[in-house]
Amino acid sequence: MGDLFTAVTDFLNGLLASRGIPDAAIPWIFAVARAFLLGFSGLLLVVFLIWYERKLVARMQDRIGPNRVGPFGLFQTFADMLKLVLKEDLVPPRADRILFSLAPILAVMGVVGLWAVIPIAATAYGADLEVGALFLIAAGSLGTLGILMAGWSSGNKFALLGAFRVAAQLVSYAVPAMLAVLIPVMLSGTMRLTGIVEAQGGMWFAAAAPLAALVFLIASLAEVARAPFELLEAESEIVAGYHVEYSGIRFGMFFAAEFLHAFTIGALLTVLFLGGWRGPGAEQYPTLGAVYFAAKSFAAYSLLVWARATLPRVRIDQMLDFCWKVLVPAMIVLVAATAVVDRALADSPPDIRQWALLGLNVLVTAAAVALLGRRPRLHPLTPSPSPDIRRDHSSSNPPIPPSFSRHKPGEGRGAGGKDEGGGIR
Amino acid sequence: MTADQIVFLVFSAVGLGLAILSVTLRNLVRSAFALIGCLFAVAALYALLEASLFVAAQAAIYAGAIAALIVLVVMLTRREQGEQTAQSHRYAPAAALLSAAIVGGIVWGLSQYMFFGQTASALPPGDPVMELGSALVDELRFLLPFEAVSVLLLSALIGSVLVAGGAGKGKE
Repeated sequence: MGDLFTAVTDFLNGLLASRGIPDAAIPWIFAVARAFLLGFSGLLLVVFLIWYERKLVARMQDRIGPNRVGPFGLFQTFADMLKLVLKEDLVPPRADRILFSLAPILAVMGVVGLWAVIPIAATAYGADLEVGALFLIAAGSLGTLGILMAGWSSGNKFALLGAFRVAAQLVSYAVPAMLAVLIPVMLSGTMRLTGIVEAQGGMWFAAAAPLAALVFLIASLAEVARAPFELLEAESEIVAGYHVEYSGIRFGMFFAAEFLHAFTIGALLTVLFLGGWRGPGAEQYPTLGAVYFAAKSFAAYSLLVWARATLPRVRIDQMLDFCWKVLVPAMIVLVAATAVVDRALADSPPDIRQWALLGLNVLVTAAAVALLGRRPRLHPLTPSPSPDIRRDHSSSNPPIPPSFSRHKPGEGRGAGGKDEGGGIR
Repeated sequence: MTADQIVFLVFSAVGLGLAILSVTLRNLVRSAFALIGCLFAVAALYALLEASLFVAAQAAIYAGAIAALIVLVVMLTRREQGEQTAQSHRYAPAAALLSAAIVGGIVWGLSQYMFFGQTASALPPGDPVMELGSALVDELRFLLPFEAVSVLLLSALIGSVLVAGGAGKGKE
């Protein structure tokens, strides 16, 4: 029973062979079965994820969450799903019908495709691509295309605005995410995801490169477009963004894709930085490895939910500024320095290499934070404050953004009066 | 016909069909998406050739990043599309001549090789990605072209910063 996956494969192999199915066809049947199984179980997982996330967010907000339908409200999601499926499927008259129907499918494909290369256990994976890490980026781009397509084809200005934000956000944050994925690839010397997991036998890469793991988490969070980065669907600004015109099952597909993508980020963090299926006893019993993998993925996913439940949404200028002026330079420095340190210490014992890499990460983080502290603050209404405005405010007045300082005299007195009223004479 | 051949024919047909659609559709966004589909079909052909690095690169760089930029730019130019859009311009004959010359050149060049109808030789053992990587930094093989491309990309990067920054701002 140590290796459930090989046992099942062997059993099916024997079964197919005994039924007189030609040997050449068996790999094809297995490939189709694996693809079906991965996609299907991924989408089934969403049912549980939605319940888990609602429950977790509710607890963080001091509520109980779903609790009426089934034990612990477990069946709430089924009720919601049924509602979504039964809802009328609307296509707006100004929509581009073909692209409008294609977009949700692409969004789901982009996420489910990622599961093709994720090693769930030592012997359980869809495909062991030699360019697995690159494949992750390629498959992820499908989702971006789906969202762009949805935003444009809806024929709605809010949806289009949402799509523009997608391009700004998802395309930007793909850069630091890619650079962060490069670090485990360099440390393990392979782009195979199974190879990356195997290389973490001594120590997880999260211990050697904590900064890379953190940047990967942040950039992926932005790529899933979840809070605090849910600018694509910010209700108060652009209604619901790219999916404003979608209803019924098509909306449900976007919804499912988002939830599964969030969990997939947790799974990728596990594979790339948290040792994948590795754990005590997982070498002898690959089935146990799948349990470790699931536990770690859920822990990482809970981090994402935690961020969603507690952080306020960032502004679009902060979001882009943080990506291009903080994450990208920090990651470029880290990638270059990691390459040098890793190569220089290639012959030294793993412990020293480990500590050197950790020290390097701490150093880069400290430098980034120190440089960040010396930057002028971003202000919502003054993207680039000119020096003369600054000088005005360096007097005893509190800083007033220039667009506010252009007020009528009466209003100014009102504001000043409030200040004076505060200190009772 | 083997399964590989059927898959090859299907993806070639899909790729060609989408390529034709991408130049004949009047709606620019649709034709951009047709182009993306065509690029994915080409990626599938690479997959058939077991060139997994090219599959991932084609999908990530062309179908992913570049195509997303094309779609975005096209979405910003809404007025340029519609049933009245001209699909041709006065350089069409010259373009046709040039395209014919390129296609003719490729066909002629391919016909000089004698590998049609032959079975492909087996892949050399070892990790092809590793092989490619060490070939790129080997000064006896592809280091010089690799560095030349790096310089080209760097100059493109600097040029785009200059264009985006505006020529006037530098004088301040």
